[in-house]
Amino acid sequence: MRFTKYLISRIITYFVVIFVSMTFVFLIPRFSPIDPVAALIGRLTAQGSYMDATALEAMQKSLKETFGLEGSIFEQYISFWKRILAGGDFGPSYAMFPTSVNQLIRESLPWTIWLLSLTTIISWFLGNIIGAITGFRKDRWYSKVLEDIAMVIRPIPYYIVALTLILLLSYIFPIFPMSAGGSSIGVKPSFSWIFIKDVLKTAFLPALSLIIVGFGWWFLSMDALSRNIGEEEFVSFAEVKGLTENEIMFRYVMKNAMLPQVTALALSMGTIFSGSLITEIMFSYPGIGMLLYRAITSADFNLMMGIITISVFAVATACLVVDILYPFVDPRVRYR
Amino acid sequence: MKSKRIVVSIWDNKRFVVGFIMLMVFVILGFIVSNFSPYDPRSWGTVPEELPPSFKHPLGTTSLGTDVFWFLAEGIKNSLIIGLVAAVVGGALGVTIGITAGFAGGTVDRVLMAITDTFIAVPSLPILILLAFLFKGRASIIVLGLIISIFSWSWPARQVRAMTLSLRERDFISMAFFSGEKPYKILFVEIFPHVVSWTIANFINAILVAIGQEATLAVLGLSALEEATLGTSIYWAMQYQAIFRGLWWWIASPVVAMIILFVSLFLTSKGLQEHLASGRS
Repeated sequence: MRFTKYLISRIITYFVVIFVSMTFVFLIPRFSPIDPVAALIGRLTAQGSYMDATALEAMQKSLKETFGLEGSIFEQYISFWKRILAGGDFGPSYAMFPTSVNQLIRESLPWTIWLLSLTTIISWFLGNIIGAITGFRKDRWYSKVLEDIAMVIRPIPYYIVALTLILLLSYIFPIFPMSAGGSSIGVKPSFSWIFIKDVLKTAFLPALSLIIVGFGWWFLSMDALSRNIGEEEFVSFAEVKGLTENEIMFRYVMKNAMLPQVTALALSMGTIFSGSLITEIMFSYPGIGMLLYRAITSADFNLMMGIITISVFAVATACLVVDILYPFVDPRVRYR
Repeated sequence: MKSKRIVVSIWDNKRFVVGFIMLMVFVILGFIVSNFSPYDPRSWGTVPEELPPSFKHPLGTTSLGTDVFWFLAEGIKNSLIIGLVAAVVGGALGVTIGITAGFAGGTVDRVLMAITDTFIAVPSLPILILLAFLFKGRASIIVLGLIISIFSWSWPARQVRAMTLSLRERDFISMAFFSGEKPYKILFVEIFPHVVSWTIANFINAILVAIGQEATLAVLGLSALEEATLGTSIYWAMQYQAIFRGLWWWIASPVVAMIILFVSLFLTSKGLQEHLASGRS
């Protein structure tokens, strides 16, 4: 019963977040000091990109629709929502006319999802396990060394780590390709060994930079949590009872410290997502980040709107899923 | 009734000292040294192109004919300004909203926290990208700071509220309340000083986040590209493929500067937090 109540409140929050975010997305172009349609068409023609008459016409029509410049602002707002709820048709991409925005997103999304989920899981587990060990054995030399290293890594943004890795591993020690888009040209996506090897090779650097930063983050918070729990009375009691150090560490300390880490995982979804966007651009990895970059550089507003909407939904949904799973992880959870 | 305790100086905290000294070097570089630039660091073609570091150009020159060192000094200044604007605006908003919510309670609290929670959960990067895209070419350094501050107030607001709630329960607040003090006076005279120390650590953190976000926007080509910031330094180096063409000093300088700046900010705020935690009984 209490769980149902908790679930309902979480789902309400989820819809409020999406509603507010999308309202922002709707309002920003309208309150900007620039007339977006004129600015976009101006930018496109300034680039001297050749567009045929059909493309230009379709573009103007869909621009007018995207910005919904007919009718009162309230009517525009209603039709904006209708478009999103009707399956989110964002019209054609201008830069890659006549491919639809949705198709472009569909092609890029899997790349991002698998890179993100894999690196998040790896860094979260590594950070938690190693953080629990160093937090529990806080006086060992390796604990101090690891803490100092993580202290240096943690505040550095993803793309700076990415750039450093490129400088180190592609330029100074040429081990990895400078930049290749996901898989080499001519290799068709399939479940052949060549393709997989290719993907692994190009995904390695972006994945490594995401794991390094993520590890620093999770490690430090787990380290601090374990230290605090290690000073609790029930831990001293376990020591008196004669349990081994390892038993105490995993059964008492880690079990309790994991809980806040699950919450933190939900809260950091947004950060991880933005981090991966930039990392993809750095390594020309063919995910959503790279697509967004192309959308920005070619002033492809439909594509931008599509990606931004998807991002809002994806991050909000990920948070909701973690929130719903949380009570199953933590038996003591107080359904707020 | 103040209990006596041994006062430990902040200067005994190694992390804080290291971070603070590095930070001061950046402040001096950005706000003092940058004024001695022999030419406008942003204007192209003032120096010979693509020279490696030398005595005359300590960090070399770019393909645009600008001097890496002077551009960087100017960039550090502007990045710090962006960080300060976002931290001041976001911090002031956050503290005000947090204290108000925690102190008022009831409906006011619920409404304010609903808004705050929404802002915490809203994915900020996509919306910042959209904003910056429409401002492109028009955003000044200050406007960029303001844009970034739209999302930098929510988390502090939540934390300040939690602190206010715990402070509210303490004796001296009830004392003040029952002796007929006005609520706003209690707010600023009794509660605010307790929140101040935490605010400073949070403030430094906000600067760090804002500088990082500007650089993120710059990588996407959405910052104030005609201005010098740490982000735009990286942007231009990437536009001109500095890495692939062997102009390592062009790309490495802003990257290394940024790493050192971030680490120094982080150590300063971490050291402060540790110091505060040890000082509380």
